Amino acid sequence: LSLLPKPAAAQMEPATAAAIRKIIGERTPEEGRVQLRLPPIAENGNTVPLTVTVESPMTAADHVKAVHVFADKNPTPDVATFRFSPAMGRAQADTRIRLGQTQDVIAVAEMSDGKLYISRAEVKVTIGGCGG
Amino acid sequence: MAAPIGQPRVRLPAQIKAGEVIEIRTLISHIMETGQRRNQEGQIIPRDIIKSFTCTFEGQPVFSMDLHPAISANPYIAFPFKAERAGNLEMVWTNDAGEQRKLTQAVRLAE
Repeated sequence: LSLLPKPAAAQMEPATAAAIRKIIGERTPEEGRVQLRLPPIAENGNTVPLTVTVESPMTAADHVKAVHVFADKNPTPDVATFRFSPAMGRAQADTRIRLGQTQDVIAVAEMSDGKLYISRAEVKVTIGGCGG
Repeated sequence: MAAPIGQPRVRLPAQIKAGEVIEIRTLISHIMETGQRRNQEGQIIPRDIIKSFTCTFEGQPVFSMDLHPAISANPYIAFPFKAERAGNLEMVWTNDAGEQRKLTQAVRLAE
C-alpha cells in the first residue's frame, strides 16, 4: 500500500489494494491523467453510469493500453478492465456499474510506455446495488 | 444452466466521415447474476455473467473489456473508434459458460 501515492491510496480497503497489486505488481502509479466520471450521488446503486477517459494521443508509439476499475467497498473490488488500442483514436470507455454502498471508485491506467496513473472518485449511494 | 443472452444491439452515427472518431454504443440483455444473492431457500444463486466483450475491425483489435459482477444487468458498453476506412466491425460477448453472441456491423463512410 505504501507504494501507492496519496490521496488515491488513502484509506483503501486491503482487498482493493490486493486487487490492484495483482494487476500492476510492485510498480507505483502516479496521480492523474486518468479521469473517472460518475454521478456524485447515485439514487440507485444497481446502475451507476461510469465514464473513464485518459489524456493520450492514441498513436502506435504513445497510447493507453488498459484501464482497470475498482469499487473499494463492493463485496469484490474488481469492476472492469478496458483494453484500448490506437484504432480507437481517443481513450474513453462508458458502462454502468453496481455499487453496494457509498464508496470510492478507483481507476488505474496502463500506458504503452509502461507508466501507470491512478485516480479516484467518491459516489454517495442511496440504495445499494449488490442485492442481498 | 446459463441464463439466456439477448440479441445485442449496436449503434453507430448515421453519417461517418473518413478519419472521424465516432462513438460505438452497445447493449446486450443479460441478468448479470453476481453470485452474491440467495434464493428463498437461502442457497447462493450461482454467478452467471457476461465476462468479456471484444471488438475488432477487419481482424485488428479495437477495444475489449473484462466484465466482473459489478457491471449492471444488461451491460451497456460504449467506446470511440477512428473510422479511417470502410469495413466490418466484429463484436463478441462471452458468458461464464463460454457461450457467445456475435454481431457484425458494417462501417460505411459518407462520400
